[in-house]
Amino acid sequence: MKLDIKKITTDFLVIGGGTAGCWAAIKFCEKSDKNVLIVEKANIKRSGCLAAGVNALNAYIGEGKTPQDYVDYARRDASGIVRGDLLLTMSERLRKVTAELEKLGLTILKNEDGKYVERGWRNVKINGENIKPLLADAVNQNEQITVLNRVNVFKYIVQDNRIIGAYGISIEKPILYLIFAKAVLISTGGAAGLYKPNHAGFSRHKMWYPPFNTGAGLSMGINAGAEMTTFEMRFIALRCKDTIAPTGTLAQGVGAKQVNSLGEVYEDKYGLTTSERVYGTVCENVNKRGPCYLKTKGISKQADEDLIKAYLNMAPSQTLRWIESKKPPSEENVEIEGTEPYIVGGHTASGYHVSTSRETTIKGLFAAGDVAGGCPQKYVTGALAEAEIAVESADKYMNENILFDDLGQVKKIKHELERFFIKGESAFTTDDLEEHMQEIMDKYAGGISANYKYNQKSLELAKKGIGEIKEKCKTLKVKNMQELVYVLELKERLVICDVLISHLLARKETRWHCFAEHGDYPDKKDEYRCYINSRLYGGKIKIFKRFLIEEGEVYEHHEYRN
Amino acid sequence: MNIMSIEINRDMCIGCKKCAEVCPGSLISISANKAKIKSVERCWGCASCLKECPVCAISFFLGEDMGGLGGKMSVYKPNKNDTALHWFISLPDKTSRKIITDTKNANKY
Repeated sequence: MKLDIKKITTDFLVIGGGTAGCWAAIKFCEKSDKNVLIVEKANIKRSGCLAAGVNALNAYIGEGKTPQDYVDYARRDASGIVRGDLLLTMSERLRKVTAELEKLGLTILKNEDGKYVERGWRNVKINGENIKPLLADAVNQNEQITVLNRVNVFKYIVQDNRIIGAYGISIEKPILYLIFAKAVLISTGGAAGLYKPNHAGFSRHKMWYPPFNTGAGLSMGINAGAEMTTFEMRFIALRCKDTIAPTGTLAQGVGAKQVNSLGEVYEDKYGLTTSERVYGTVCENVNKRGPCYLKTKGISKQADEDLIKAYLNMAPSQTLRWIESKKPPSEENVEIEGTEPYIVGGHTASGYHVSTSRETTIKGLFAAGDVAGGCPQKYVTGALAEAEIAVESADKYMNENILFDDLGQVKKIKHELERFFIKGESAFTTDDLEEHMQEIMDKYAGGISANYKYNQKSLELAKKGIGEIKEKCKTLKVKNMQELVYVLELKERLVICDVLISHLLARKETRWHCFAEHGDYPDKKDEYRCYINSRLYGGKIKIFKRFLIEEGEVYEHHEYRN
Repeated sequence: MNIMSIEINRDMCIGCKKCAEVCPGSLISISANKAKIKSVERCWGCASCLKECPVCAISFFLGEDMGGLGGKMSVYKPNKNDTALHWFISLPDKTSRKIITDTKNANKY
C-alpha cells in the first residue's frame, strides 16, 4: 500500500480530543482568535477515559477548605513525591472549572440552598453520563475549532528541541498527515495495556482505563527526547471484581468498609492512602484471609436502586451484574480486587516533566491531563484546570517562524510505514507480541500475579524481554490502516514499558506499596525524597534525580534553554 | 457459552452508522448497510454505541470469563432531545427490567 501525503497547517494543534483536549480547545478560543485543530484517534463525542461517563468530580475544594488543603492531601497520599507548584496552581482553579462545567450543562447535585452537595470535602456528586457529548458539542459549535476524527498521531516534528507539528495517519484511509502548528498541546491520556489485565482472555479489554489509551503522547515525547518524571509511581485501582467498575461510589458514597472473608474490617490496619487500600487487599489475600469485599450488605433498598442507576452512568456492566445475578448490593457484599498497573498522570505523578506553565522540555509543546506528570489526584476537574494553564502559556508562546524543508524525513517515515504492508504472513501477530509483553511485565515487573512486587533481577529480565519484543516488531505485517495503528500502539507501549522498568530499577526503595513495591528494598529511604526523571539520549534511557519543587516556586526548564 | 460483549441485531439495524461514528475503539464497520463489530474482544464495554442506536439493535453482555449469566442490556432514547435514557435488561429466565436514568438527576452517592 502507498500512502498519500496530506499537509495541514493550523495555529494551535491539540493532540487527543478527550476531556483535557476538548476543554483546552474551548478555553484557547476564549483567549485568542487563532485557529485550533483537534486531532483525535476516535471521535471526540465518546473518546478518552470518560467515554462511558463519570459520576463524581473527585477534585474539588469544599466549604471551609483551601487549595493548600488539597495540595497537602495529594502530597500525603503520594508520600511526598509531588510537584507543589503544579498541585497548587491546579487546586486554585478547581472551584472555577466546576462552576464552568455546570454552566456547560453538567448536572451537579445541589442542596436546598443551591450549594453543591459534597461527598467528603473533595468531591461533588454529578450525573456525568453525558460529559463527553457536552464537551464535544461545545467544540463542534465553535467556528475557530476544526476536528479531525479517526486520525492517529504517532510522531512529533521537532527542530532544535522546538516542536513545529506532528505526523498522523488516518485509521481508515491510506493517508499520512503532516500537520504544522505554532504551538502544540499533548493531551492523549495515559497508558493501559502494559500489563496482563484482570481478564486475560476474551474480556481482556474490560479494564479500568480505556484500552485505546496506549500512551501515544508519552511515547512520542520519550522518542523526541522529552524529560519524563515519576513513571515508577504506577497506578493500580481497587475495583469491583470482574466488572472492574469503580469502588469510590460504594466506599465514599455509601460508606462501605473494606472487609476480608472473615468479615473483619481491615482497611484501618494498612492505612487509607490510595496505594495502602490496594496493599491491604493484597496482604489479606496473601495471608489467606481473602477474598475481600466492600461491605454493602444491609444498605437500604432505596440505596440499591440509587446505586443501580449511578453505575449505569459510568460503568453499566456493574448494574448488569447486580441485576442478572439477582443479588443487589444490599444482599451481597461487593467483591473487590486490584487492577493491573497503569501509567496515568491524573491519579499518580507519572508523565511529562513540565514547567509551572505546563510546558514540556520540548519548546512549544504543552501537556495537560493524564500525560502530564507531577500532579496526581487531578481527576476530571484537575485535568481541565491544567488544560487552562497550558493554553494560556501556549497563547503567549505561538511560534510564527515555522520553516520545514526536511523532505528526507518525510520520505523516510512514509517508507517505514509502507514497509509493514508487505505481502505474506509473519511468524507472529501484533496481538501475540502484545500478549507476550503483558506476560513479561506481569511476571517480572510487578503485575497482578506477582502481587505487584519485583526485584532487581526480575526487572533486568523484564528489560531484556521487552528489548526482544521490540526487535520482533520489525517483522510484523499488516493488511490495512487499522492494523498499522495496532502496530504503532504496540511500539508505543514497548517504549513506555522500557522507560517504566528503568524508573522502577532506579527507585531503590518502597515508597508506595503496590505502586512501586521493590522486593530488595522493602522500606522508604530519605535519599529518595526526590523525583526520578528520565530522558532518551543517544538512544539510551538516561535516569537522574531532581530536587522536590514546592508550591510558591515557579519552575522553568533552564538547562534546555539556549 | 455466550462469549460476546456487544451484539448487533442485523435484522433491526437500519445502517445509520451512528454506532460506528462514536465507538472509541473504531470497532464497528458498516457493510451492506448493516453495522458489524469487527473484533468484539477489543470492546471496552463503554456502551456508547448502545446509547447512539435509534432502534435498540445493539445489546451488551458480560462475557463468560467475567462471570456473565446471559443477561442482555440495551438502551433506548424515546425522544431525541430528551435527557432520559431507558435501559432494558432481559434475563435468560425471560424476566426483564426497565430502568430510566435522566442526566438531569445527579448521582446521590
